[in-house]
Amino acid sequence: MQITLTVNGTEYTRDVEPRMLLVHFIRDELLLRGTHWGCDTSNCGTCTLWVDGEPVKSCTMLAVMADGRAIRTVEGLANGAELDPIQQGFIECHGLQCGFCTPGMMMTGRWLLDNNPNPSEGEIRECISGQICRCTGYKNIVSAIQWAAEHPATSEVTS
Amino acid sequence: MQTPAPVGYAKATSVSDALALLKKHGEDSRIVAGGHSLIPMMRLRIAAPEALIDINDVAELKGISIEGNEIVIGAMVRHAEVLSSPILAEHYAIFREAEKLIADPIVRNRGTIGGSMCQADPSEDLSAVGAALKGSVVIQSASGSRTVALRDFHEGPYMTKVAQTEILTQVRFPIRPGAGSAYEKVERRVGDWPVASAGTYVVVSNGVVADCGIGLTAVGAEHFCAPEAEAFLIGKEPTEENLSAAAQLAADACNPFSDQRGPADYKKHLAHELTLRALRRSAAASQGA
Ligand SMILES: Cc1cc2nc3c(=O)[nH]c(=O)nc-3n(C[C@H](O)[C@H](O)[C@H](O)COP(=O)(O)OP(=O)(O)OC[C@H]3O[C@@H](n4cnc5c(N)ncnc54)[C@H](O)[C@@H]3O)c2cc1C
Ligand code: FES
Ligand code: FES
Repeated sequence: MQITLTVNGTEYTRDVEPRMLLVHFIRDELLLRGTHWGCDTSNCGTCTLWVDGEPVKSCTMLAVMADGRAIRTVEGLANGAELDPIQQGFIECHGLQCGFCTPGMMMTGRWLLDNNPNPSEGEIRECISGQICRCTGYKNIVSAIQWAAEHPATSEVTS
Repeated sequence: MQTPAPVGYAKATSVSDALALLKKHGEDSRIVAGGHSLIPMMRLRIAAPEALIDINDVAELKGISIEGNEIVIGAMVRHAEVLSSPILAEHYAIFREAEKLIADPIVRNRGTIGGSMCQADPSEDLSAVGAALKGSVVIQSASGSRTVALRDFHEGPYMTKVAQTEILTQVRFPIRPGAGSAYEKVERRVGDWPVASAGTYVVVSNGVVADCGIGLTAVGAEHFCAPEAEAFLIGKEPTEENLSAAAQLAADACNPFSDQRGPADYKKHLAHELTLRALRRSAAASQGA
């Protein structure tokens, strides 16, 4: 089945099997390997990307269901060479160790800050509660998102 | 890697289009709404439909509104919208309290109320909410629509009154002025399915319980409700003693089984304790406390 969608502002048309999961389409058809894939039960959240402005676990959506929609992945966070504050926050606060959970954490963190520029620690923890990190113990991820809240971008990047 | 078995796919533009597509693709075709129960099942090959009929773009299945004395929620309304709806918050705190504890914010961006009802998992949280509030659903077929009470909707685990050729279009709840409502859940970790949950509403009038509803999930309550406990409370003062006796009747009517989420006697204990907590808070809210 032929689908057309935009990913980080670029339009793509591909012929896919309806059973293909969106995460595999993004990684294996478009070769955007920033989005990770980590479980079979929709629990880990590392596959999180945006569909029409909202984070979605892309392992739990078929690529054909994304036909006509606008996708934003972790590759779409930076504005050229300028990192998004959420990315800078993960650097500043050592928000990652192995980095496996990081793309999903950053996509969710960016969404949270777009809707709630000054979240409490509790709100941050709740927002990333559908995402699992095996390394950091979450503390530095929370700090990274807080850092980004305290250092908003001067020029707003649009999805 | 676990990938679903080969499947057909069609995007419906309206309810009548979806019904026609279900007919065209035959008895092994299924509706996909949020996909957050069905797609995981397809990945694990527990489900292998021949074709999926996608209702995500069907506008008439969206939105929360008030019609006369009822709140009407479209089948495609997502958990996140239920959580943040001012209409629902005004009438029933139970929606917000339950939704905050269903899965996680990302899953809530996709999963729908219609899908939750039709999935009919024995641990579905919204089934307890629907049973507690004595809601109903509207089911549409090619020949017309019918309304079914939620307490009459489930035919068993994962089985409902919605036939393969039909679509659930709305979930409806009566508005009850003066009602207080609450939801209580125990989960093993944040975002998990319940070990046990209870939801209630209570209307206190002239110092006695004039009306109430009790819903339970994950504890083997028939039709997710506890009618004997409700009948016991009517006309009684909402004292701690009476609320606890009602909660005990609710727990007695449950038939939980032991599994990875906990042993049966623990779940029975939770059925009592969570029903009591929800009743306490519902009664207090109804009295403006
Ligand atoms: C990680 C995770 C955690 C979760 N935790 C919880 C939890 O704590 N509590 C809880 O209650 N739920 C939980 N869920 C389930 C979640 O609420 C699902 O979204 C919900 O059960 C199904 O909704 P859906 O729209 O995704 O349905 P889908 O998966 O699209 O559909 C489910 C079933 O209903 C049928 N269907 C859907 N809509 C219609 C319709 N309008 N008419 C006829 N048939 C229809 C489909 O054919 C399918 O058989 C969790 C899910 C995940 C992935
Ligand atoms: S890969 Fe999507 S939630 Fe784990
Ligand atoms: S940094 Fe390793 S899983 Fe989060």
